[in-house]
Amino acid sequence: MGCCQDHRDEIREDIDLQLLDPVLDEYKGVRGSVIPVLQKTQDIYGYLPRASLSYIAEKLGEKEAKIYGVATFYAQFRMEPIGEHLIMLCQGTACHVNGADRIQMAIEEELKIKDGETTEDGKFTLMIMACLGCCSLAPVMMIGEETYAKLTPESTVKILRDLRNRDHKEVPE
Amino acid sequence: MRVAVGAGSCGYAAGAQKVFDAIKALDLPDCKLEIVGCVGMCYLEPIVDVYNDKGELARYTHVQPDDVAAIFSDEGADDKLILAEDEEILNTQVRIVLRNCGIINPERIEDYVEVGGYEAFKKCVQEMSPEDVIDEIKASGLRGRGGAGFPAWFKWNAARRSPGEDKYMVCNADEGDPGAFMDRSILEGDPHALIEGMLIGAYAMGAKTGIIYVRAEYPLAIKRLEIAIKQAREAGFIGKNIMGIEGLDFDLWIKAGAGAFVCGEETALIASLEGERGMPRLKPPFPAERGYFANPTNINNVETLANVPFILRNGAKAFTQYGTEKSPGTKIFALTGKINKGGLVEIPMGMPLRDVIFKIGGGIQNNRTFKAVQMGGPSGGCIPASLLDTPVDYEHIVQTGAIVGSGGMVVMDETTCMVEMARFFLDFTCRESCGKCTYCRVGTKRILEILERITTGKGKETDIDLLLELCKKVSEGSLCGLGQTAPNPVLTTIRYFRDEYEDHIKNGTCTAKQCTALIAYTINDNCIGCTACARACPVSAISGKVKNKHEIDQEACIRCGQCITTCRFNAIDVS
Ligand SMILES: Cc1cc2nc3c(=O)[nH]c(=O)nc-3n(C[C@H](O)[C@H](O)[C@H](O)COP(=O)(O)O)c2cc1C
Ligand code: SF4
Ligand code: FES
Repeated sequence: MGCCQDHRDEIREDIDLQLLDPVLDEYKGVRGSVIPVLQKTQDIYGYLPRASLSYIAEKLGEKEAKIYGVATFYAQFRMEPIGEHLIMLCQGTACHVNGADRIQMAIEEELKIKDGETTEDGKFTLMIMACLGCCSLAPVMMIGEETYAKLTPESTVKILRDLRNRDHKEVPE
Repeated sequence: MRVAVGAGSCGYAAGAQKVFDAIKALDLPDCKLEIVGCVGMCYLEPIVDVYNDKGELARYTHVQPDDVAAIFSDEGADDKLILAEDEEILNTQVRIVLRNCGIINPERIEDYVEVGGYEAFKKCVQEMSPEDVIDEIKASGLRGRGGAGFPAWFKWNAARRSPGEDKYMVCNADEGDPGAFMDRSILEGDPHALIEGMLIGAYAMGAKTGIIYVRAEYPLAIKRLEIAIKQAREAGFIGKNIMGIEGLDFDLWIKAGAGAFVCGEETALIASLEGERGMPRLKPPFPAERGYFANPTNINNVETLANVPFILRNGAKAFTQYGTEKSPGTKIFALTGKINKGGLVEIPMGMPLRDVIFKIGGGIQNNRTFKAVQMGGPSGGCIPASLLDTPVDYEHIVQTGAIVGSGGMVVMDETTCMVEMARFFLDFTCRESCGKCTYCRVGTKRILEILERITTGKGKETDIDLLLELCKKVSEGSLCGLGQTAPNPVLTTIRYFRDEYEDHIKNGTCTAKQCTALIAYTINDNCIGCTACARACPVSAISGKVKNKHEIDQEACIRCGQCITTCRFNAIDVS
């Protein structure tokens, strides 16, 4: 617990809350704007840092509990930082019927992470979704903006390895 | 020459961008290269349509960047042309809502106007009173396509009559049913049709503001909508004193959802729009009386609204000539799962299920047998082969225990375990329950636990009865549609596939050989020792020397089925 706490504080220190000011100015006085504010916050930091929630509550004049309540209700919001590549694997009905479980196994085996987890090197985060709207090309996953269709365990592993190799090339050590 | 590349999310997933770039790189003379939405034949993507100067179309399918040069060479690429049988699929459909999808450029309002866009809206405001508009919709019998099939005119009329100055027209583009994607396709392929439908609805009910609530998982749809709204604003269809008519104002904006299935339910959607946790509330009061910030609000689904311009432009009769008496018009269905020709099809209501799946959908993949089709998503149910002659309309589908819902059709073959399917849906509804009602929150969890127990071979003799009892209570004790319909997948699978439940419970076997706890993979004498499976196994559970029969370590095996897919000698058995 102790070390967990330290880790959080460390993250908290890195956060520049002023980045939020333009967003908060834009939505000041607009009723019902908690969700778009949180979405833009997540766009800025990649997740919702604890400190940002308090800051938003203060600036919007809402209770922190309410902001936290909204943030935890919706699946889109993350309370932890994510890896460089966010893998969104569809487990919707069509993908499930067409073998998404095997794709999930392949990803979990290859990266040694489970749903919601990030690889130790901070490269990949796995998130299971319920339908990306490309159901007739199932099974499907999205990594960043790119959609990959008609996956097989082999093609999935290849996609992940290619991404990793590409990153290596781009950042020579 | 005009060249159109199918660029919906599905097209992009299949590689449309690379194809587009490759065509662009050819720098063809006198060629108008552009994007179009999805024509619905997702199984043929990437699709490239080439219109010659006479407007004749040559449609190329499964196009890869390497094929592009040949298509535009003198020899051509006839092998890439669409097959007659695939073309036939388009001809068996009646495309009202999808009429422009895959044809016009969704990012240009001019293209929409050229095919008669915004004519219906103009006709409404110039020649018809709001009551006339409502009467026309009433005559068309248009029913809500979002799931419940409620008459559209009735809700419009209620919102019109509801006292209050500040009224809202909301479009439900949350499309929560996993396996349905017609709303996405309309938003990406013909966003102006939705905007025009909303404008007409707003005029009829007297709303000055419109909001489109779109799923966050649809970034391309949001982008195209944003472009369309901007263009409609510039063209004077959105704003103040629209078309010079004093006091005719309409503002429209988009709100992105944040990933909660229950927010598709209309009262939860309103709570979400207001910036709250998306929890449903008791009706009445209905949104028409007290909706968005307590103002009269009407909520319609994307497909419902996209039907509206057609009806107003061509008259109710043009619409009622299709479909059945009680379910007039057409409905879009998303064909997915173990089907050969997966995609979107728009058919007149009342077509037999068999024709949809076999004639249009091309039957089952790998020549397997049809087992069931899941309609209506997590709120719906499975329809077995014996009921394939059921006409697809609201009334007949309900009789089977499923619902038309938003139009998802997930097709299953004999390798799909129906108990596992029910477990899958309950896992979904259990996670998506907002938690307000005890029966929904705890009841779905208990049902899920029982199903998990059955699929892992630990089911008890009394479990089926217990399930039936729990299902009844959950549907009776839940406030909103999510909880009320959550038991449907369980009820229909027990009704039609009770023997599969019994096999799991009494014999410890999974008929479809899908439940991993109940099966084992073994290698038979066909094995020639090629080592392919050993290399493919992700957990290295297979051992053996080259040219010797291999063996699977049952302890280590995770039953992923990788070896079966890899083996070319039929040497792996499942028991
Ligand atoms: C749990 C739940 C989820 C729903 N999801 C959607 C949805 O994603 N899209 C939709 O249009 N309607 C959805 N509905 C139905 C809406 O509550 C509402 O009936 C519909 O949007 C009304 O529009 P229509 O009359 O045009 O169909 C859902 C209902 C429930 C109970
Ligand atoms: S039935 Fe379920 S989802 Fe609907 S309000 Fe009750 S708890 Fe929430
Ligand atoms: S079910 Fe996977 S994309 Fe729709």
